[in-house]
Amino acid sequence: MTDRRPRAAGGEVSIGQDVLVARGLTREFSGFVAVDGVDLSVRKESIHALIGPNGAGKTTCFNLLTRFLEPTRGSIVYDGRDITRMAAADVARLGMVRSFQISAVFPNMTALENVRIALQRGRGDSFDFWRSDRVLSRYNDRALALLDEVGLGAFAGTAAWALPYGRKRALEIATTLALEPQMLLLDEPMAGMAQEDIERISQLIRRIARGRTILMVEHNLSVVSSLSDTITVLARGKVLAEGDYDAISRDERVIEAYIGAAHA
Amino acid sequence: MVTGPETAPAGISVPVTATGAARLHLAIFAVALALALAAPFFLYPVFLMKVLCFALFASAFNLLLGYGGLLSFGHAAYFGSASYVAAHAAKVWGLTPELAILLGTGAAAVLGVVFGALAIRRQGIYFAMVTLAFAQMVYFFSLQAPFTGGEDGIQSVPRGRLFGMISLGPDINLYFFVLAIVVGGLLLIYRIIHSPFGQVLKAIRDNEPRAVSLGYRANRYKLAVFVMSATLAGLAGATKALVFQLASLTDVYWTMSGEVVLITLLGGMGTVFGPIVGAAIVVTMQNYFAGFGAWVTVIQGTIFVIGVLLFREGVVGILARWLRRPL
Repeated sequence: MTDRRPRAAGGEVSIGQDVLVARGLTREFSGFVAVDGVDLSVRKESIHALIGPNGAGKTTCFNLLTRFLEPTRGSIVYDGRDITRMAAADVARLGMVRSFQISAVFPNMTALENVRIALQRGRGDSFDFWRSDRVLSRYNDRALALLDEVGLGAFAGTAAWALPYGRKRALEIATTLALEPQMLLLDEPMAGMAQEDIERISQLIRRIARGRTILMVEHNLSVVSSLSDTITVLARGKVLAEGDYDAISRDERVIEAYIGAAHA
Repeated sequence: MVTGPETAPAGISVPVTATGAARLHLAIFAVALALALAAPFFLYPVFLMKVLCFALFASAFNLLLGYGGLLSFGHAAYFGSASYVAAHAAKVWGLTPELAILLGTGAAAVLGVVFGALAIRRQGIYFAMVTLAFAQMVYFFSLQAPFTGGEDGIQSVPRGRLFGMISLGPDINLYFFVLAIVVGGLLLIYRIIHSPFGQVLKAIRDNEPRAVSLGYRANRYKLAVFVMSATLAGLAGATKALVFQLASLTDVYWTMSGEVVLITLLGGMGTVFGPIVGAAIVVTMQNYFAGFGAWVTVIQGTIFVIGVLLFREGVVGILARWLRRPL
């Protein structure tokens, strides 16, 4: 609560405060400990990356934080609220929205409809089965604006399955932004992407990070180094090191466990 | 920096606006309704009513499978129990036909709430098995319970007088009553599919974890569509009891659950008109091949296998692909 700066959206938020805090987070799968006593604090309005070699428990950690998995032990506090036992959908309603490793779109719906699904939620008409879906056209302007923002304006009427991979990820981000989340958890946003797409999504992430907190799992180290404020390195389910990219890249344990192995 | 074309490639963009599709559907409905109004003067009304009841039953099932992504293998439970309750109400309690049907439909709705709440906790094949198990419970209950008439079923159910005034005895009177119910039911299903609720349903069907991550409590939507589907299946079953003046074990047996799956897949699951076309095909087959006796099932099975192998999207699904229009 020390330093205050005006947010892009107009409101004021405190900087330097932790928005997501996990303590002693542990998940066991029948004898195998995938995540082992992880302590993690994500500062408000920072971009925080979670890296580590394959099998380090990054995705499990992610699933625990977003409540898609039940932790065996430990606690998770989001925005001052204990969410350790909360339902995944309710966590999303608090403003912490996740993405998935495999691009998560609704394939049989158009790009516009994909975004509208997010806009429609919370407006209280999602159970209205007796009304025509024409009432949803009132979300069209906002949905189109969001699609434009990620460069998908021309694809509004295209079925999501027909979009190229990079565009699917952009659509996913537009859908997520429609919820105006305070915090985004991105699970390998660059996985399987061509270099040009990586550029585009990187810029997009930097843009949407204004006024928001982002926690992401990412393999691409150049992306991590250019985007993130803080990096947490996981190895064998435990936190190995934490700090900015320079500190992490000099850490011998990290070089041995992760970067060294990657360059071997 | 930008990859791919800036405009959508031809052929994969959806050229039809939602209103355009709705207009096409309305036109098809209007033509079908005109045909249905004229049909009893050319074809045997009881046969037509059977088609109508199964069209509604399959459309209700398709609401759950095609739009909710849930494969129930126990829809006979709702169809059959509504049939029993309506038959009992009309015959023993002497209720008017509309009240008997309402009561039967209500019974199916209650069953839908109870079974649905338990079944939606499981996914995929386990969901199908749980629904089948519940349906078998209903079957054995129907076999043992005193009011269902066991092997005999409830026979010679009176068709009664609509609102206590219009006799439904003559086939032609009953036909228009049944047509009104089925058209009403089908329009309701159409509306459910094309509603804000229907959109969320499609999203959950397409990618449930993503829908949850957007804050949708998926199970509530699944339960809601399950109950709607069970209720409308019940409406079809209750109506059928009056048409044939009979409620029997056939209606609750697992083969009935299988038949509705077959009708839906043959016609085209996830299409508006598929179940209706499927019902017309299957009921016609059963009628005209009745002379083959037990071989009907074999012929039906063969046609189904060929159908699944050659056109997996079903008759209407194929048509929709050719026309590039959602049907």
